[in-house]
Order: sequence, then structure tokens, then C-alpha cells
Amino acid sequence: MRKTLLASVAALAVVPTLAACTENASSGDDRQGGDARALSVGSSADACELSATTAPAGTLSFEVTNTGSDVTEFYLLGSDGLRIVGEVENIGPNLTKLLTVNVPQGDYFTACKPGMVGEGIRAAFTVTHSEEEQEVSASDQELIDQAQANYRAYVQDQSAQLLEKTEQFVQLYADGKDDRARALYPVAREHWERIETVAESFGDLDPKTDAREADVDFAAGEKWTGWHRIEKDLWPQDAKGYTALTPAERATYAEDLRANVTELDQRIQATGADALTYPIDAIANGSIGLLEEVANGKITGEEEAWSHTDLWDFQANVDGARVAYEGVQGLLEAKDPELATELTGKFDALQALLDEYRDGDGFVLYTALSPADTKKLTDAVNALSEPLSQLTAAVTS
Amino acid sequence: MTPAQDRLHFVALDVTTDDRDELVALLKAWTDAAARMTEGGSAGPVGAVDGPGNAPPDDTGEALDLPPSRLTITFGFGPGLFVDADGNDRFGIAARRPAALEQLPRFSADVLEPARSDGDICIQACADDPQVAVHAIRNLVRIGFGTTAVRWSQLGFGRTSTTSTSQTTPRNLFGFKDGTANIKAEETEALEQHVWVGAEDDPRAAWLTGGSYLVTRRINMTIEVWDRQSLESQEQFVGRTKGTGAPLSGGEEMSEPDFEMKGSSGPIIPVDSHVRVVHPHTNGGVRILRRGYNFVDGSNDVGGLDAGLFFIAYLRDPRTHFIPLQRAMSKSDALMEYLRFTGQALFAVPPGVGKGEYVGQALFDA
Repeated sequence: MRKTLLASVAALAVVPTLAACTENASSGDDRQGGDARALSVGSSADACELSATTAPAGTLSFEVTNTGSDVTEFYLLGSDGLRIVGEVENIGPNLTKLLTVNVPQGDYFTACKPGMVGEGIRAAFTVTHSEEEQEVSASDQELIDQAQANYRAYVQDQSAQLLEKTEQFVQLYADGKDDRARALYPVAREHWERIETVAESFGDLDPKTDAREADVDFAAGEKWTGWHRIEKDLWPQDAKGYTALTPAERATYAEDLRANVTELDQRIQATGADALTYPIDAIANGSIGLLEEVANGKITGEEEAWSHTDLWDFQANVDGARVAYEGVQGLLEAKDPELATELTGKFDALQALLDEYRDGDGFVLYTALSPADTKKLTDAVNALSEPLSQLTAAVTS
Repeated sequence: MTPAQDRLHFVALDVTTDDRDELVALLKAWTDAAARMTEGGSAGPVGAVDGPGNAPPDDTGEALDLPPSRLTITFGFGPGLFVDADGNDRFGIAARRPAALEQLPRFSADVLEPARSDGDICIQACADDPQVAVHAIRNLVRIGFGTTAVRWSQLGFGRTSTTSTSQTTPRNLFGFKDGTANIKAEETEALEQHVWVGAEDDPRAAWLTGGSYLVTRRINMTIEVWDRQSLESQEQFVGRTKGTGAPLSGGEEMSEPDFEMKGSSGPIIPVDSHVRVVHPHTNGGVRILRRGYNFVDGSNDVGGLDAGLFFIAYLRDPRTHFIPLQRAMSKSDALMEYLRFTGQALFAVPPGVGKGEYVGQALFDA
């Protein structure tokens, strides 16, 4: 999942605002020939051959085969020749990818772009009226704009709080106020965990900040820094033969974490050309990715190996996933109301279960969970994660 | 070299005796039993049902009526056979320990379990019928009681590598073709260069000339999480299409990946895709011979599949042909997010035995 987000953030400039497409590679050509909405496209160096230049309105699929020797792309463009209705890119020579897109009646252009340069090889394409036609709601764009703005505001707010609490935390730690540092540790980290998929998309900052000891290849000379390095020093009980860090070492690790979180915040708060944007598929993938974080690290108790405050992270991942989901929920309700109902129910069920493990302002430690508890939590995560994995395809179709 | 069979039983043993003669006697007994079983015979000279009624049979019997199923049995020697944890020469062969035969380092993100790692001796049984492979290991372990004890063992099904151009590439449990770029039996030169230990490789270990090093890694896949990745993400992680196995730069399965080909953002084959990270092109031309197997050992405590790939590779020198490769993978392979390495081991595999010889004879003969 990390990869998907990375790509999304890196490719911001080229992602259309209305990403109304689903890309899928297609391996075998076993689809029915008689379907007027199933079209094939052959993209060569100098031609863009479609099996038909007209189709009835509805969900169209274009099976695009690259018959040339350069990487190609295929676009369905609006009548102005600019608006991207659907696209599929990065089709290597001799490979086939599928574009599925919902298209209302109207005039369009198709374009193959061998070599990924220029205007492409264009031709007119007509979509005729059909009973199956779905109203493409004018409010879709509003929902998308709103979701993007809301999610950006959420990420920026969490990042600001993360920085503030991290500064307090590292100060307490550097000053040797260990009890207070231990109390603040899981609270400060909640803000990280809520936006973890965004933080992780900065490939360089994530390992410096959030690497677990087990992730570090000491034999290859890698250095361990960040949250968990300090965590071990604050909770050395389980660490056999552990040598506490000196005040000078503490100061170094504290400053390093502060500097990296500051840089993260600067990137997240950036404006103008450096501003992060959040395409709708990135928001949906963020929700999926945060649940994946729960399944991969928190449910196993591996994330907080020394403090055992995994359930704080668990809750924060779920918080972030829920916010991202609710950002696109309006869109999902228009496109797949059943999935929306299911996801809302499963989020509620997971939250209700998690609430059983609350203790004061926080949670019980991971070490207090019985195997039966862990199993129940895993089952609830699976129950949500499986339908949630359909979210991106559903909101971008 | 036999084209990889479909089933595996692999066992790692600790040597419990400190008597060199006992160890050599066991190697001789194993050599005899292995020879009989690979020909479809019984483990002991008498057999499962032809002995006296008042004694347990010298063969356990479950392979009766089954064909040999292309059974092969391979023995290997781990670092611990030569010197113990305190550095003591256990059987007078410490001076012949190959320099490369050392316990493998831990790699980042490894969650190695001691009970699934290392071992003094390994025995690999491969066959097309799982019962034949299990029969072989079971009987060899039985013969070893008192001299050796089982440290760990692993069952595998569905070879995940093609080792001959006559085989089609099978799929791993991620659903992708695996081992496309494997060294094939027909590639004599590549085998000489990358797999077999050369006569000049290690002056201390002439006995290993013509043999090889065997690396195992038990690679758990986080199956449930993987299954929720979009098809496009899966293909980006691997760097190949899921259907045909063609590299994302195009062509057919066997087409060379083009790592320079540009996509819409960066190379069309992502820099952290598995195919790129471990490709010979990115690793100084290093190639390995893989004979891995899928495994499913039931389910874990929370209902997830305890499953993955039992990686087995034969290579000329782990220091040049494995450690750098694994380090690169652990550091930057996108697949790492979905893998957990739970066991590993390294063994030196002596060359095949000649007539009248026993396994490892060149090592033990003065």
C-alpha cells in the first residue's frame, strides 16, 4: 500500500481532478464479443484503432493493447479535447490494460499516446443515449472538492499537533523527566498514526522517525533513530542487558526526532507549488492503508515493543482511516450505497470492540490482552478491511 | 540436475554425539538408505513387511506400492558441524570448514525463530509424491536417533521455480509466476559460474569442489493483507504482470526487463519493485539457482494462513551470491511490506557420491 500512496503523491500534477476511471490489467481476452460497451483499442506507433467509434451510454470498458514498441497511454477526453474522462497509462509494449469508465451521452475524443508525448493520436468518439445511462451528478465534483479540502485540513491539523506534542515530549525526555515523557509518548504518537500513510509517503523521513529496532540492519551499518529508539530508553525493563543512553545521547536523539518531525510538518503545511494535494484515490487508499497498518503491526504488538502502547496506535490508525473514509462517504453513497452501509457498520463494530479495552484516558497495554482478545480484534479488522479494500475502485468508478 | 519435483520435505538436524566414528557410521548408513529409497526401495535392507514379527520393521511402510516419484535426497553440512558455539573443533574437521560457511547474519525486518533456523546437518527430500518425500525424511531421522536430533523440518508443495527450460513457470502464493529468471539446468556455463564451487575457491575446503552452498529462508507472506492490494499495486510491487509474468516494460514472460524505460512518473518498472531489486542487472550480474517451495503450515493464532515461500537456493558463495542480494531486498524491496522471514540456514552441500562412497567422505577422510 505504501507504494500506491507514494505514486499518488509523487504524481499529483498529472492526476486529473476527476479521476473517474479504474485501471486494471487484463490478462486473458475472454470477454463477450457482443457487448457494445466492451471496446478494444490497438495502440501502435502511428495508429489508434478502436473496435468501434460509438457506444451506448453506461459503463464502458476499453481493453487497450500496446502493439507498438514504446510505452503508451490511452485517454477518453471531453468534447473540448482537454477534460480527461478516463485514462490508462504505463502500458508497456505487447501488454494490455483495461480502462473502465462510466460515460454519459455526448461527444468525446479518444487518444492514444505512444511514447507518452504530444497530443496523441486522436479521433472523435460518440456516446449515444441509453436506458442504462447513469446521471453523472453535477454535485460529484463538489463532493470531490470538499473531500480534498477537508482531508488536507485534517492532515495539516494533525501534523501541527504532532509537532507541538513532539516538541514537548523530546524536551521532557532530554530533561530526564521520564514519567511525564512516558505519559506523553502514546498521546503524541496518536497524531503520527492518524496520518501515517501520508508521513510514510516521504520515503526518507519515515525510517528516520518511525523505524522499529527490528527494521534496522545494524550489520550493514544502519543507524537506529526516532520514536522507538527513545521508547526503548524510556521502557528498558524488557531489554536484556540494556545500557541506558547518556544525557548527551538523549539530547542527540531528541533533537534528531524534533528536526525530522519539523521537516515533516513543513512539507505537509507547504503552500504554492510545493503544496500537497490529495486526489480522491489517495484519500481512499489512505483509509485502506491505515487499516493495513493495524493488521501488519499493531495487532501483533510489534509496533510498541517496549512501551506496549499498541492500542493507542491502533485507535489512531482507525481514527485516520475513518476520517478518510468519511471524506469520500458522500461520493460512495452515490455510487455504491450498499458498500457505504457495510463500511459504516463495520467501522462502528470495530470501534465498539476497541472501546472495551479503554482504560482511563487511554487503553490497556498490549501485554494485558489475552490470545482470545487479539483474535477478536483481528477478526474485526479483517471484517472491515476486506470490504474497505474495494473503496478506491468504488469511489473512482 | 533433476528438474525440480513438486513436493519437499526438508529437515535440519543437530548432531548430538561427540564421537567422530559414530557420525561417520551414520553418514554411511544414511548413504545406503538413501540409495535404496531413491530407487523405490525400502529404507532398511529388509523392508516394511519382510522382517520378523517380533521386531519393528526397518522401513516404516507408507511408501509401499508407491513409485519412486523421482525422489532425490540431498545432504548438507552446517557451520555447527565443524565448530561448536565455543569454537571447539567437534570432529577434527574444523580446519576444513569453508571460510564462507558461517552462520548467516540477521537481516533487517527478520523475525527469525531459533527453532526454525540453522542446524548441523540438513537433508532435503524432493519427490513428486509428498508421501514419498516424507517417508524418506522420516526413515532417515529414525536411523539418526542417538547420533542426531531433529532441530526443525519443513514441508513444501508446488515448486516455485523453473529449473529446466522444459518446465513452465509455476506461481507462488502471491499468485505471481516466480523464478522466471532462474538458472536452468541447460545453462552449463552459468551453473559453473554461479552455482558450483570451483576447485580454486577455497584452499581449506577442496572437499566441496563441485558442490554448492544451500541457503534456506522461511518466508511467511501476510496473505490476508496482500489479498487486499489492488491488482495494479500488486504488479507494481512485483514489477511484472500477474497474468503472463511479462515485465512491466512489456513483451512476454521471458523478455528482459527494461529498467530504463520511462513511465508516466519514473521508470515503468518501479525502482523498488522486486524484479528490479533482485535482478542480476542491479546486483553485479549475480545469479542463483532457486529450488523453493510454497508452504502452508495451517493457520496462526489469529486465524491467518501460516503460509509463504520456503526459499531454497544453491549458490557458489553466500558472501557474494546471497548476503548482498538479501540485504538489498530487505532494504528496498516493495514486497517486504508483505513478507516476514521466520527462519534461515546455510549448509555446504558436497558433490554427488561416487560408487562405494558415502556422503561427505572427502571431508572426513584424512
